Amino acid sequence: MSPVLQLRDVEKSFRLHLQGGTRLSVIRGAAFEVAAGECAVLHGPSGSGKSSLLKMIYGTYPCDGGQIRIAAGGAAVDVATAELSALRRLRRDTLGYVSQFLRVIPRVAALDVVAEPVISRGGAPETARARAAALLARLNLPERLWALPPATFSGGEQQRVNIARGFAHPYPLLLLDEPTASLDAANRRAVVGLIEEARAGGAAILGIFHDKDVRDRLADRIIDVGGFAAAA
Amino acid sequence: MTGETQVLPLLEASGVTVLYGRQVGCSEVSLDLWPGEVLAVVGESGSGKTTLLRCLAGMLPPAQGRVDYRLRDGGVEEVYAMTEARRRALQRSDWGFVYQTPADGLRMTVSAGANVGERLMALGSRHYGEIRREALAWLERLEIDGARIDERPQAFSGGMRQRLQIARNLVTAPRLVFMDEPTGGLDVSVQARILDTLRGLVRDMGLSVVLVTHDLGVARLLADRMLVMKDGRVVEEGLTDQILEDPQHAYAQLLVSSILQA
Repeated sequence: MSPVLQLRDVEKSFRLHLQGGTRLSVIRGAAFEVAAGECAVLHGPSGSGKSSLLKMIYGTYPCDGGQIRIAAGGAAVDVATAELSALRRLRRDTLGYVSQFLRVIPRVAALDVVAEPVISRGGAPETARARAAALLARLNLPERLWALPPATFSGGEQQRVNIARGFAHPYPLLLLDEPTASLDAANRRAVVGLIEEARAGGAAILGIFHDKDVRDRLADRIIDVGGFAAAA
Repeated sequence: MTGETQVLPLLEASGVTVLYGRQVGCSEVSLDLWPGEVLAVVGESGSGKTTLLRCLAGMLPPAQGRVDYRLRDGGVEEVYAMTEARRRALQRSDWGFVYQTPADGLRMTVSAGANVGERLMALGSRHYGEIRREALAWLERLEIDGARIDERPQAFSGGMRQRLQIARNLVTAPRLVFMDEPTGGLDVSVQARILDTLRGLVRDMGLSVVLVTHDLGVARLLADRMLVMKDGRVVEEGLTDQILEDPQHAYAQLLVSSILQA
């Protein structure tokens, strides 16, 4: 089976103009693949570039070299060289990214925050909201909160709204940056359940999970990031 | 190939330079604006962003370069090659322009209802009852109490005036709206409410927007894509998260590092 995600010789450094143009190399020679229906886990010490790799795959951080090929609708898009419009299409249809932090939008109800990715792809609002409600219920967010904007929610509640949003559309490739960090056991199990379901549905998943139990349960394969970390 | 039907830009600027006498307003700017996209132009005062906006909006002819607009029928017209009358007709129907200072975009001596109805009348509406009904619907959509339809904007607060200006622009269902610091000079809470309303309207109406702002928080909330300007030139372009999380140009890094953390 051809991979959904394929990295070759990926390189990244940050040039810090405000620090006299210092160049900080973070990734060198990153190469791996993730197939449909597989959950691969990035592993390595803090500061080894795991989150940077996810942000490069999502296209937030530009690459200095190499290829990041993602299968999309029968073709492949190289994120490292894609036009902005192609990258936006990729994010809308194919590529999902979930971190533990919700970007709060003032005055938008939690239910609508979750439904938005589906509606913005042209989904019917009622179907999108029903899907959003089901996800919020699974993640144990009390129903009385659904109609409220998440700005006033606790950190854990906001995190669960963000996870629900990330799973609202069935992306063929999901990037997960510590989605279970700081959740209690019941909610951690609920998130693990969502990830397992996405994988069973054929999604390719690339994640960072510090929690050993979660990692052991989900990882089909561990990718050691230490091998790509550029010597400082 | 993605197999998707080809989408063409709504507005296209090529090598646009605007001069004020011998002073350069903006220099060799090229950009595309896609349907349904919000493009933020950011930079400090004097960077040329408002000059660029006014040039794109048909208000300030370029010394060099051209601006092309794709009409509803798919044809493309060069904005500064049209007759003045044709350009004004576009500005009153297909386009909107939201000024930072509402008094610049409103008629302060006529009622709120007349301010909203005026663009409909310019498009040929003559039925008073219908115009009033439409104006009322738009006031309420922008959260202005319908009971105040006969008041003049002079009696309105700054935030209400700005919402009225937005209603006045959107009543003709434009495709393209230019905004110059639409929330500049408003209290933070008033700002949040307007930004949220704008966000919803952009999505529901499928509007394309060119938004000039010096406030990266506003850009983060509304924009899909950003241009960073300095000294009249575009120094960096990218999706909003790219510019905010990994700016490449020295000036863009300085700008992003100056955001106050919420």
